[in-house]
Amino acid sequence: MEDQELTQEIKPPTNTKGAARWLKDNLFDTWYNAILTCLALVCLFFALKGFLTWAFTEAEWDVIPANFRLFMVGSYPQEQIWRVWNAIYILSALMGLSAGLWGGLVFRFAVALSGVWFISALLPVELSTRGWCLGAIAMIAVSFFLGRGRTGLRPWILGGWILSFPVIMVVLRGFGENGVLTSNWGGLLLTLILAVVGIVVSFPLGVFLALCRQSDLPAIRWVSTTYIETVRGVPLITILFMGNVLIPIFMPGLDINQVLRMMFGITFFSAAYMAENVRGGLQGIPRGQHEAAQAVGLNYVQTTLFIVLPQALRSVIPAIVGQFIALFKDTSLVAIIGLIDLLGVARSIINNPDWLGLQAEVYLFAAVIYFIFCYAMSYASQDVETGLGIGHI
Amino acid sequence: MAAQENALNDPIIICEDVHKWFDDFHVLKGITTSFQKGERAVICGPSGSGKSTFIRTLNRLEEHQRGTIIIDGVELTDDLRNINLIRQEVGMVFQQFNLFPHLTNLENITLGPIRVRKLTKTEAEEIALSLLERVNIADQAYKYPAEISGGQQQRVAIARALAMEPKIMLFDEPTSALDPEMISEVLDVMRELAHSGMTMLVVTHEMGFAREVADRIMFFAEGVVIEEAAPADFFDNPQHERTKLFISQTLQH
Amino acid sequence: MENNSPTAASGKIPFWRDVRVLRILFQVIFLLGVILLLTLLYTNMLKGLRGLGLTLNLNFLQDEAGFGISEGIAYNPSDTYFKAFWVGVLNTLKVSIIGIVCATLMGLFFGIARLSSNWLIRTIAAAYVECFRNVPLLLQILFWYTAVVGQLPKVRESISVFGGAFINNRGIYLPSPEPASGLNTWLWFLGAGLLLAVILYIVRWRQLQQLDRPGFRAKWALPAFLIVAFCGWFLTPGRPFTLDLPALQGFNYQGGMRFTPEFSALLVALSIYTSAFIAEIVRSGIQSVVKGQREAARAVGLKEGQTLRLVILPQAIPIIVPPLTSQYLNLAKNSSLAVAIGFPDLVSVGNTMMTQTGQAIPVFAMIMVSYLIISLTTSAAMNWYNSWITRIGR
Repeated sequence: MEDQELTQEIKPPTNTKGAARWLKDNLFDTWYNAILTCLALVCLFFALKGFLTWAFTEAEWDVIPANFRLFMVGSYPQEQIWRVWNAIYILSALMGLSAGLWGGLVFRFAVALSGVWFISALLPVELSTRGWCLGAIAMIAVSFFLGRGRTGLRPWILGGWILSFPVIMVVLRGFGENGVLTSNWGGLLLTLILAVVGIVVSFPLGVFLALCRQSDLPAIRWVSTTYIETVRGVPLITILFMGNVLIPIFMPGLDINQVLRMMFGITFFSAAYMAENVRGGLQGIPRGQHEAAQAVGLNYVQTTLFIVLPQALRSVIPAIVGQFIALFKDTSLVAIIGLIDLLGVARSIINNPDWLGLQAEVYLFAAVIYFIFCYAMSYASQDVETGLGIGHI
Repeated sequence: MAAQENALNDPIIICEDVHKWFDDFHVLKGITTSFQKGERAVICGPSGSGKSTFIRTLNRLEEHQRGTIIIDGVELTDDLRNINLIRQEVGMVFQQFNLFPHLTNLENITLGPIRVRKLTKTEAEEIALSLLERVNIADQAYKYPAEISGGQQQRVAIARALAMEPKIMLFDEPTSALDPEMISEVLDVMRELAHSGMTMLVVTHEMGFAREVADRIMFFAEGVVIEEAAPADFFDNPQHERTKLFISQTLQH
Repeated sequence: MENNSPTAASGKIPFWRDVRVLRILFQVIFLLGVILLLTLLYTNMLKGLRGLGLTLNLNFLQDEAGFGISEGIAYNPSDTYFKAFWVGVLNTLKVSIIGIVCATLMGLFFGIARLSSNWLIRTIAAAYVECFRNVPLLLQILFWYTAVVGQLPKVRESISVFGGAFINNRGIYLPSPEPASGLNTWLWFLGAGLLLAVILYIVRWRQLQQLDRPGFRAKWALPAFLIVAFCGWFLTPGRPFTLDLPALQGFNYQGGMRFTPEFSALLVALSIYTSAFIAEIVRSGIQSVVKGQREAARAVGLKEGQTLRLVILPQAIPIIVPPLTSQYLNLAKNSSLAVAIGFPDLVSVGNTMMTQTGQAIPVFAMIMVSYLIISLTTSAAMNWYNSWITRIGR
């Protein structure tokens, strides 16, 4: 623990091991710490006792398995569910290959993901689902061994990740009437799609806005600043309401469905925040870097692409990941507008007369899912942060 | 003057009445001078005298607001083509090195040749490696700037400027940010460059280097050239009070 | 020494190569693009509005609102839309201000706990922060509203706290102070105390200046004021305030202060969620200063308390204040999620206005302007606080 260094003197190396020693150092080193420990233990005991008693005796967890499909994919039709699995398989293959190529963090995520599929296969689910789950594990494992050591594949796989986004959208949607209308997308699937679309589109938009705001051409700077500050001044829910009400007014001819409207709202909102994060990085680039690039003869576009952005983006990775986490959580607001995302599913189950009075169980389950994704992202961010040492002053 | 006597009277840089203001502050108050092909000029003077600003106007890092600058027959104006032409012909070395920290030393050098001179990667790397050899750090090619010493970084920076095959090299206090023991390795490289016939304008406080290498020394104060002379005259027989004071102060160190 | 005249003719530069012209051209094209886009949207909008039979003006604000608002200042459905919106604005301010106070206190507590030398305290604080900031706020609001506040007992079975406060599914009822006969006399005491405090403050300030030593200027003024105020309370004939206790009348409690379930759930969720972020800000702010500085302070011979007051806080506060300000603004903006549980904040009221009148654009503009004013005021106040506290610390 890094916190420990701050508040603790380094003890002589004798007798530093052992539970008793650890207890004394960390919990009972002074009389007030001893009192604090006891108080905290008492509080913790009652809180845990209350929670566990509820969780194991009163709570009716049946509601979760009974509605599991709803939580995951909403009203995505059962006979088309293979589309979702295909999307998962594409991602699994990329994940496995990346794990083989890069190792480290990606490998850990691949292992964790395989673990999730393995546990899912052990749960009392339909036989076909069990098959799909095991298949996903196989997919990850096979592609892992395929990718291992072949560093030449790296740029291809990166391209593959970028390409996978439109491909997966097409796989999930299908074509025309035979496909699955976006209005049928729901649950965790919809949450993830909204978040990924928001992230993928708002990132370049945010970089563009940040560059505009840092431009030395006043007109461009003003327009960008006005946009960024206006959007940042307003709550997301207002923007979503606006998207919902105003897009049909502004674009009378086009029939833009609600999922798409929410994507617009989330993206334009997130881009303004992304722009501010990127701007922080841009401001951190010393003037000398621009001058050196000019002296070598690079023009504005080249300077931006090869010198400024690589450094600026690298320095703001933690802030950008923070922004991604915020965006992921913010997608839950579409439930207010009436989309059935993960939170929307939770709300609809609670209002279902079959499952009355199970608010705590349902919301807790949804919370755990949100937590896992957010925590994984912040874990990844910390890992990337520590790996940033090289090539950086 | 001494510099002109042995020159071919073929100026590569011509400055006429160059003025520059930072807001209301008049930095350059009408600089009129010219530099011959192959000439090595050292520019010195107290800080804030406009000497750095002057050489920065020569490749448009600063814009001059009045007067004319002509480099190798091309006038420096708002014409984008001329600016680009001149930047390719004029290499620059900065006080703070300004290497790109996210690129290896080799990539730092090949970036310009690949992107601006449109060489292939192989050609550019070949040039870069031979330049690194020339500045005596071929073994550091694949390291990042943060992993090598200040003196080595400045030598990479010189190699980076040379990779564009410039006709003129500008040095803006290239040794001021270095620890004393690293100054000589950079000066050695600059000395070698001077002997190869490169046109060089060097802003520096290294008076030993000036006396040894320069054809001409220009003394700047408050935005004007107070005195210019060959090193022997400049050091042994300064004309101006300001120059005398400056020389006595610098030589004490 | 110059004998060469400029060789290159400085004739006309073609405009597509002239930096100056290009700069202007670029901006003009950009602006034209933006204006074109806006005009397109505007004409489309007018067309759309005409289709709906609406015109773009603010006259509707004078019309009768005709809908009820469950809480806030005195209002009834026959009031104007403008009045309704104003009620919403005040409700937003109310929940934001109380929320900011609670979130700051809780955030400070958990932020400092994160730095405790006690492993258990540190871990509990870390778990608190991770749990609450990694779950969407809307989910937390809904959880508190339906799973906690909504499950409270009925009015007849209210939970009573010391007989003065009551909690049930209709809300939380607290005793409230009501001005009484003695208030005027006590205010005189307060006035006198204030006067004394000002005098003592100046005296102490002068003294510190003469001694040429730093010190706490209000060291005498503050206790003096408190003593006068305290004694005045008891010396006043009749009490300055009486407590208005809530009491069960008919089907509900009357009197005292009432927090509705919506308000309570929103306040709790907002405070907890924001406090998790504030805790991180406080922790990293203190931590960024502590490294190295604490040793330096010890080397100078300062005590632990002095180190905190004289060395760490003056440096940590300027680091903490800017992100803290943006958290305060986030809290104010997040209070708009009230619309999900029916608390009538300004977005919620604005939403109702929009559906009733169809005047989407003016209402959005009003919401934007309201938040803009809130943001600017908060930023200004926090900037002022920051400069004030850094001056005090010196």
